[in-house]
Amino acid sequence: MRVVIQDAAFDPSAELARFDALGGGAVVTFNGVVRDDTGDLQSMEIEHYAGMTEAALRAFVDTAVARFELTNALVIHRYGSLKPGDVIMMVATASKHRKQAFQGADFLMDYLKSRAPFWKKEIRAGGADWVDAKDVDEDALKGW
Amino acid sequence: MQVNVLYFAWVRERIGHGAEVVETSAATVADLMAELVGKGPEYEAAFSDVTALRAAVDQTLVDMDAPLGQAREVAFFPPMTGG
Repeated sequence: MRVVIQDAAFDPSAELARFDALGGGAVVTFNGVVRDDTGDLQSMEIEHYAGMTEAALRAFVDTAVARFELTNALVIHRYGSLKPGDVIMMVATASKHRKQAFQGADFLMDYLKSRAPFWKKEIRAGGADWVDAKDVDEDALKGW
Repeated sequence: MQVNVLYFAWVRERIGHGAEVVETSAATVADLMAELVGKGPEYEAAFSDVTALRAAVDQTLVDMDAPLGQAREVAFFPPMTGG
């Protein structure tokens, strides 16, 4: 199990190759990428709560591993200044069977969205706005 | 007791700094927030809508009525937007 919080860019393909090489059976991966809905996004600033972030993510991973019988799990999440198209984060899960791998990744994503202490700010020429949390993301947690 | 209080995202921006040491006798997180509001208009602006705020005590997410106990660190921030 690996949890990484970093400001530097990372290569999801290389990370996936390393993860696959561990021989998980069924592997599911998810990448979150900075999107630009309005065509004028200059950057996305991601702030986090150093210390709590790592502890929270490790707890989510431990829960997912136990609950979905994962043989391996990886979470990488960036902070700092990112540009449209940059990879923000990556989740990978491995299990003997695909359903657990999918469910484990889905569970981790739902918790990362609403319970990991990250905050996103969108910087445009006209100003900067903090991204609001969405009710749909909060509601997704109730399903677990 | 002395508590290290941290602010993140727009809470930090409204207050004007990200961390401070606060002398408090507050029993709960909500009590501490009420004390902070008394420090000035920038705190009032940050804490004007409690439903828009989340809190952590010693890096664990808690409800606003959670006891402070012997907390060393309390953080206030908006709902999280990771992923």
